Amino acid sequence: MTLALYVPVASPVHRLPAGVKLLCLAALAVLLFARPTPAVAGAALVGTLVVGLGAARLPVAVLARQAWALRWFLLVLFVVHALTADVVSGAHTVLRLLTLVLAAAVVTATTRVSEMVRVVELLGAPLRLVGGRPERVGLLFAMALRFVPVLIERADRIRAAQAARGGAPRGLRALRTTVAPLLVQLLQMAHDVSEALDARGADDVPVRRPGGA
Amino acid sequence: MRFRRSPAATADTDVAEPGRGIELRGVGHRYGDRVVLEGIDLQLTEPRVGVIGANGSGKSTFARLLNGLVLPTQGQVLVDGLDTRTQVRAVRRRVGFVFQDPDAQIVHPTVAEDVAYGLENQGVPPDERAARVAEALERYGLAGHADHPAHLLSGGQKQLLAIAGVLVMQPARVVFDEPTTLLDLVNARRVAELIAGLEQQVVVVTHHLDLLDGFDRVLVVDGGRVVEDAPPGPAVAAYRTLAERR
Repeated sequence: MTLALYVPVASPVHRLPAGVKLLCLAALAVLLFARPTPAVAGAALVGTLVVGLGAARLPVAVLARQAWALRWFLLVLFVVHALTADVVSGAHTVLRLLTLVLAAAVVTATTRVSEMVRVVELLGAPLRLVGGRPERVGLLFAMALRFVPVLIERADRIRAAQAARGGAPRGLRALRTTVAPLLVQLLQMAHDVSEALDARGADDVPVRRPGGA
Repeated sequence: MRFRRSPAATADTDVAEPGRGIELRGVGHRYGDRVVLEGIDLQLTEPRVGVIGANGSGKSTFARLLNGLVLPTQGQVLVDGLDTRTQVRAVRRRVGFVFQDPDAQIVHPTVAEDVAYGLENQGVPPDERAARVAEALERYGLAGHADHPAHLLSGGQKQLLAIAGVLVMQPARVVFDEPTTLLDLVNARRVAELIAGLEQQVVVVTHHLDLLDGFDRVLVVDGGRVVEDAPPGPAVAAYRTLAERR
């Protein structure tokens, strides 16, 4: 599980502000759904590949992994559309979704999480008007990215421990027997993380510095 | 990240008295009816202090008292003259804390961003922050992993990252709570060497008794009390005797 996809390369795309990249991504999404033609979708896909592989110099594997992870979903989508509408419609839908996923992967691979966090903080700035702290929202965003793989790893460990003792439940029973111990572990971990945040000054309130990021 | 100053932060400007070290005056701690620590009077000024004891003896609570993660239900803990109860932020800036499980301490997805986290909280300007992060990554052998996802590091690298994240904040004292328990021999030795080379005062809670070689003072905690307070040799001998009686 790799949620942190950043690929460090010195490229003009990497140097673009995160906000600009996210705006472009949003604009692309609007375009793909406002102008739902195969020509637009095809051009967008080519453009995404040119930016990702050419301008940003990302390894092909980074984008290929994203597409491969979606293969079954895209296949089902294609089949459903082919059966309920027609094959062209199915291909077009798949093309649009694939383009968007690859474009999002280009943004993620060329943008550090800290830059994303700053955009989230910027968007959350109005929270200050009601006494909120946008930096907390940014921290939540970063922590979500950090702890999803940890959560998956812990769930895997629980399943491995159960298997080692002869238990190999499947389906809903597997979900039930994994969720309860996982919740217990996560509550303990949440307590540990809150202590770590305290110890590292999360509740500290330094002076706002001009130009400070 | 940008921060606002709140009225509560002004208490942190109190002047510390570094020569006083860590003082525990009549300290006790209870969780509900359960007494975890009691009757502790100590002054810790030595550069290297170890804390050993059986599981459940109160060691971890003792460690957490030293930077205000746990407040005493009885008595007073002072760090360089600053009270953990009333000046906790100032205390935490002076006392770094390294936890047993680095996974719980690493809060950002990538290595460099996590090391920078504490500096952001301290309001360190971006240029200085970047320089200090780079220096810390170099010093702790993580320079090639700056943009690496933290969850893909090995256990030893994660512990080094957790330590780098604390030491980059340049605390005057560092408390380690069982820093080598989850590590293999090679990584445990590496962390031990790192601790031995620190300029700061260090308090280490551990089950790895060889980690205490060269320490100035070792406390043996049992049943919530400090039952031995001596150099490593006699303290470890007392701890072994205690363990054999059980």
